[in-house]
Amino acid sequence: MSFLEYAPAPESRAILSLRDTYGLFIDGEFVDGRGTPFQTISPASEEHIATIANANAADVDAAVAAARRAYDRTWSKMSGRDRGKYLFRIARLVQERSRELAVAESLDNGKPIKESRDVDVPLVAAWFFYYAGWADKLDYAGLGADPRSLGVAAQVIPWNFPLLMLAWKIAPALAAGNTVVLKPAETTPLTALIFAEIIQQADLPPGVVNIITGAGDTGATLVAHEGVDKVAFTGSTAVGRAIAKQIAGTDKKATLELGGKAANIVFDDAPIDQAIEGIVNGIFFNQGHVCCAGSRLLVQENIHDEVVERLKLRLSTLRLGDPLDKNTDIGAINSKEQLERIRMLSDVGVEEGAERWSVPCEIPENGFWYAPTIFTNVQTSSRIAREEIFGPVLSVLTFRTPAEAIAKANNTPYGLSAGIWTDKGSRILAVADKLRAGVVWANTFNRFDPSSPFGGYKESGYGREGGRHGLAAYLSPAPIGQAALSAGRGGAQRRLETKEATPTRRVTKRATKGSKK
Amino acid sequence: MPAPTSAGTSLVTARERALAVLGGEPDDATLRRYLHGIAGVDAVGLEQRAAGLATRSIKTSSKMWALDKIISLIDLTTLEGADTPGKVRSLVAKAVNPDPTDATVPRVAAVCVYGDLVPDAVDALGGAHGDPDDGLISVAAVATAFPSGRSSLDIKLADTADAVAAGADEIDMVIDRGAFLAGRYGLVFDQIAAVKEACRRPDGTSASLKVILETGELVTYDNVRRASWLSILAGGDFIKTSTGKVQPAATLPVTLLMLEVVRDWHLMTGHRIGVKPAGGIRASKDAIRYLVTVAETAGEQWLQPHLFRFGASSLLNDVLLQRQKMTTGHYSGADYVTID
Repeated sequence: MSFLEYAPAPESRAILSLRDTYGLFIDGEFVDGRGTPFQTISPASEEHIATIANANAADVDAAVAAARRAYDRTWSKMSGRDRGKYLFRIARLVQERSRELAVAESLDNGKPIKESRDVDVPLVAAWFFYYAGWADKLDYAGLGADPRSLGVAAQVIPWNFPLLMLAWKIAPALAAGNTVVLKPAETTPLTALIFAEIIQQADLPPGVVNIITGAGDTGATLVAHEGVDKVAFTGSTAVGRAIAKQIAGTDKKATLELGGKAANIVFDDAPIDQAIEGIVNGIFFNQGHVCCAGSRLLVQENIHDEVVERLKLRLSTLRLGDPLDKNTDIGAINSKEQLERIRMLSDVGVEEGAERWSVPCEIPENGFWYAPTIFTNVQTSSRIAREEIFGPVLSVLTFRTPAEAIAKANNTPYGLSAGIWTDKGSRILAVADKLRAGVVWANTFNRFDPSSPFGGYKESGYGREGGRHGLAAYLSPAPIGQAALSAGRGGAQRRLETKEATPTRRVTKRATKGSKK
Repeated sequence: MPAPTSAGTSLVTARERALAVLGGEPDDATLRRYLHGIAGVDAVGLEQRAAGLATRSIKTSSKMWALDKIISLIDLTTLEGADTPGKVRSLVAKAVNPDPTDATVPRVAAVCVYGDLVPDAVDALGGAHGDPDDGLISVAAVATAFPSGRSSLDIKLADTADAVAAGADEIDMVIDRGAFLAGRYGLVFDQIAAVKEACRRPDGTSASLKVILETGELVTYDNVRRASWLSILAGGDFIKTSTGKVQPAATLPVTLLMLEVVRDWHLMTGHRIGVKPAGGIRASKDAIRYLVTVAETAGEQWLQPHLFRFGASSLLNDVLLQRQKMTTGHYSGADYVTID
């Protein structure tokens, strides 16, 4: 017997008490959706998990209206201290139900339980705790005294970190005094719906958080809804661009956190064993379904062969399989569609002359799987070095000097993250200074903390999430000289009030407001 | 990173091998150049990796296998000023028959005692004395002015030769940490090489040499990595973390780091060097984490008595309790395992 064939150690699913069908969470209640319901499945086995309601335009109307009512009547009038209490309560409930949330996340998303248990869910709780602390300290958020909430936030999140992205969106929005309508991704609605139960458990005033499920059209309807003051989106650059066009010319504020093609730069004096771990963690964490994944390995040419050899050795110890097994390192690809995209781009890599190497491992019969893969002999002009693959595929490129490393790292339409590996502190600072990326990790990768802002340059989006900067996305400075007069009245509300009014009147009304300065 | 050098199998002595790897005499300057040319260690990353390995969940059949494997890798140790021939006989009896209620329990790999008690250990073992690969038990002796190492080289060599002459199969020596920290790598090298020579028996065979780095006194991971390379270059058969007399003793990150060194040495030369974490490993759960770390770093072939040992005393009883739980289905208690 081989010791390394560890006996199965599955996390029990008994902790879950899932319903057969889930409705939309609007105004504090689960209600039926008016669209055609859809199934959510486990990507590891393709088994059916639950039937999920589909929100149509009327449902979106109802959700936005509920958020508006909650904003006007309770949430915008509540003291920061009391909002903070609710957020602390949510954070504690997430901790209490952490095992259940982790199991649900791994079941619905396909990510290994060790990641949902040790990374996703603890960070979700940390995010709520962090922003709970901010709720009564908004005067210090960097926007001057008495900053104002924006109103109703429409939030659309992706499937790679379903619950964590929910926390990144909801926690700062609520702390700043906004109400939200959130749409989780079509393939991973489960934890958001369990979170809705937590919202009920926390006795949050109805309508402050509304969760509607559906596909891309539901998201588009939500984002376009005129009752919305703020749009926050995490997902692909293509959709982000469409959203930016859609809301152009309105007074909706937007935060977009989009794709990436991060460079992970390894210098020849790097702490080599830790660098190998960092490369693995950078691209194979969460099956590479990470917008800030270190998908382009830039390795100094004089250590290229050694790094690749060590990397292959290390990858051979990765364990691919049942996401609910506690020893699984690599779980399932989230959807068939994504798997096909990974396969397509990977084949393009081979056609372009790159050398493909995949971990020799057994692929389960059912479900969507892709063995960890590295491409060597990749050129900067290759599609696999330019396009976001969003899967467990690493492209290895080389460089000779720090200047070349920086130039190659920045030679991308994206700019979300980057990594630097070297034992030399001065080089870390010098290189980080020149990288056009929102997050630069030094001698580590894919580390997150609620106090640290996160966001991109260029086509990776705009706005920041996390930290004090993340609050700015949900606040505006108080009108100068105006105290509490307009508190609780966001732009969209004004728009609704003046729905019948001519553009001239709207302008007048704003001018009037402005004249009180 | 040192360039991979092929040291041919014809190079029989450690000195020849070291010369080939270093490309020069093992003096302070050459060793410094070599050891400081090895890639550094990022402490945060190393500890993170060790913590990741510690989350492996070893259950059912894997756990049963692991528990027996741990027992077969233990150097059952007593290193007290109060040690007596009686205490050593008791220790040996425990080593031979760890659980009197269950004959399927394997024997430990070795007993580890002070040099002057080697004759008592050999005597007590009788026919059970021998190579752990043959199901027998070796005698390991600490030597070279253990634990501080603060004495002259002559004393250290005599200490070693006495223990070998008395029948010790393995010598656990300590390095001169003072010399190492002062940058006198050549001196440390020469001392290890001399002790290695003193391990030689009249018939030409040699006792196995474990080199104790005392990582708790070296403090930084960079130092541990350099001391590991230095000890291997100078001819150590095993690198061992600690004497058990200094805190912190063995930790998972330090052991992981040393395993990375022996893995790299094997890739470079084809030779396998053993690793022995010692001190502070008391629970089965911890010991299983070490097994996982060995298997996933150096490889499963390291899980054998000539390549991996636990230096421990109280660990054995915890493993026996866990083993009883696995075989009977319920927990017993401290009164159901014997003290030695």
